[in-house]
Amino acid sequence: MSRISDAISELHKLDMEADKPGWLQGIHPLPKLFVTVLFLVITVSFGKYELSGLLKLGIYLIVLFVLGDISVKLLLKRMKVVLALVCLMGIVNPFFDRREMLLLGGFAVTGGMLSAATLMLKGVYAVSASYLLIVTTSVEEICYALRRLHVPKLIVTVLMLVYRYIIVLLKETERMTEAYALRAPGQRGLDYKAWGTFAGQLLLRSMDRAQTVYDSMMLRGYDGEFYLRCKRAAGRGDYLYAAVWSAVLLFVRAGSAG
Amino acid sequence: MHMADALVSPAVAGTMYAVSAAAAAYSVKEIKLEDLDRKVPAMGVMGAFVFAAQMINFTIPGTGSSGHLCGGMLLSAVLGPCAGFLTMIAILAIQCLLFADGGLLALGCNVWNMAFYGCFVGGFLIWRMAAGRKMTKGRITAASVIGCIAGLQLGAFSVTIETLLSGITELPFAVFIGMMQPIHLAIGLVEGLITAAVLVFIYEARPEILYGYAQEDGGSSGRMSRKGTVTALFAAALVIGGVVSLFASGYPDGLEWSMEKVAGTTELFARGNVYQLAERLQGITAVLPDYAFKTSDSAAGTSFSGIVGGIVVLTACFFICVLIKKVKRSK
Repeated sequence: MSRISDAISELHKLDMEADKPGWLQGIHPLPKLFVTVLFLVITVSFGKYELSGLLKLGIYLIVLFVLGDISVKLLLKRMKVVLALVCLMGIVNPFFDRREMLLLGGFAVTGGMLSAATLMLKGVYAVSASYLLIVTTSVEEICYALRRLHVPKLIVTVLMLVYRYIIVLLKETERMTEAYALRAPGQRGLDYKAWGTFAGQLLLRSMDRAQTVYDSMMLRGYDGEFYLRCKRAAGRGDYLYAAVWSAVLLFVRAGSAG
Repeated sequence: MHMADALVSPAVAGTMYAVSAAAAAYSVKEIKLEDLDRKVPAMGVMGAFVFAAQMINFTIPGTGSSGHLCGGMLLSAVLGPCAGFLTMIAILAIQCLLFADGGLLALGCNVWNMAFYGCFVGGFLIWRMAAGRKMTKGRITAASVIGCIAGLQLGAFSVTIETLLSGITELPFAVFIGMMQPIHLAIGLVEGLITAAVLVFIYEARPEILYGYAQEDGGSSGRMSRKGTVTALFAAALVIGGVVSLFASGYPDGLEWSMEKVAGTTELFARGNVYQLAERLQGITAVLPDYAFKTSDSAAGTSFSGIVGGIVVLTACFFICVLIKKVKRSK
């Protein structure tokens, strides 16, 4: 499967997951966004040797993944990219920080090993938390939450439009790439002589599409405002969700600090 | 160059969110003066275009590897720096949410490292070198390559600083920067050439799409004004000098460290009339010795000296530019 079709299929899968019926999907996007950001802030606030405290924070992910019946298949795929980067940064730590921090059955664990492990765990937690958010909340709902947080209308509108047109343009790019590959068998990638014409044609077609989009938006009464709405208003359960998780996360953090 | 959440501390993430938000607020204010209704769909579709185009593998001749085009630079050349910057924010947010490319908490860092430098430094160069004067294929190519290299070098430098300030890696600064800058120099060159190829094609096929082309023989509406550019650069210098310098290391730098190892001290003393005279002169003129108030080691002193240093550099830069302009005119 090509990189482009891979991306298209991933987007479809995420959309389908977010549309699934479930209690986590039913929670209002604003508390979900708030709890996710709080979790991320607390995760990265742990010091480089505070592995034990960080491990306790994992209860948030375990509870939500298990009770929310969230598939981890897609998560593992996403994890690859981030873990590679995080490992690259952490792998040098054991060479520079050789202070012995603790003994595990006669094996001395150095500060560098501990900090590398903490860094990797932070990476896993951060990707998992973002995944939890996107797999239970649609992009429209996230945009709605962003508007409620007073993120400028222009930025949210552009975010919505980019998201809506990504699949259209990915499919168009895939068609063009396939057509090119069929005319240049055995060639990997795009030859330098075709750099300008290939991507330039795509850009020109995109600009024409933008004009068509603008015309159709005007015909439908576009007045500069995209009206985002949520399926329902935030209720008592949503506030309870935010309050309980905030208390748990802050309790874990405070407990580790003590 | 996307930073993951695990690579930033809350303080660094918060600071970078604040500076990126300031740049976004400036862009929203500036863009509202333009034809917004027409520009918004173009920003959406162009954002999706950059996203899709980054999936294309552009083969680099003779290497067997491939490169991608520079989104920030391209968007600035088509939509202008402010609209390009806002579109890049949307792209980075989607990349982080949907593809785990960069973290949610590190979004402020990524916006600054990629969108700000790509759009404002790249866009500024495009404007000065190509769109600001008569547009030619050579000018577009030069602007694209220089803009991409400059944007990526600054971005890579920021990544290094942000990671080190977050206390994530044990890598020494010199080693880290020595790894980051050369590789991004090569990437910048390739991305610049790919972006140039696309922009030159557009210039030949539909030049009116390029930002600033239509105003070539008219006024300068829609372009970033000189006042705006100077203000933006001044604000950036204040932020970097004033905020980032608070985190400046108290440890000796590479040169001082080497001197300490060799001579046992970080200060070398020379004897002789000339040296003594120079030392006295330096004592009189140095307002902020070792980047702090003469009588204070406080954070305020460090921060203040960062701001003063930024202002001095900007002033010197301004006068050098005026001098160069005058010399050019006299020729």
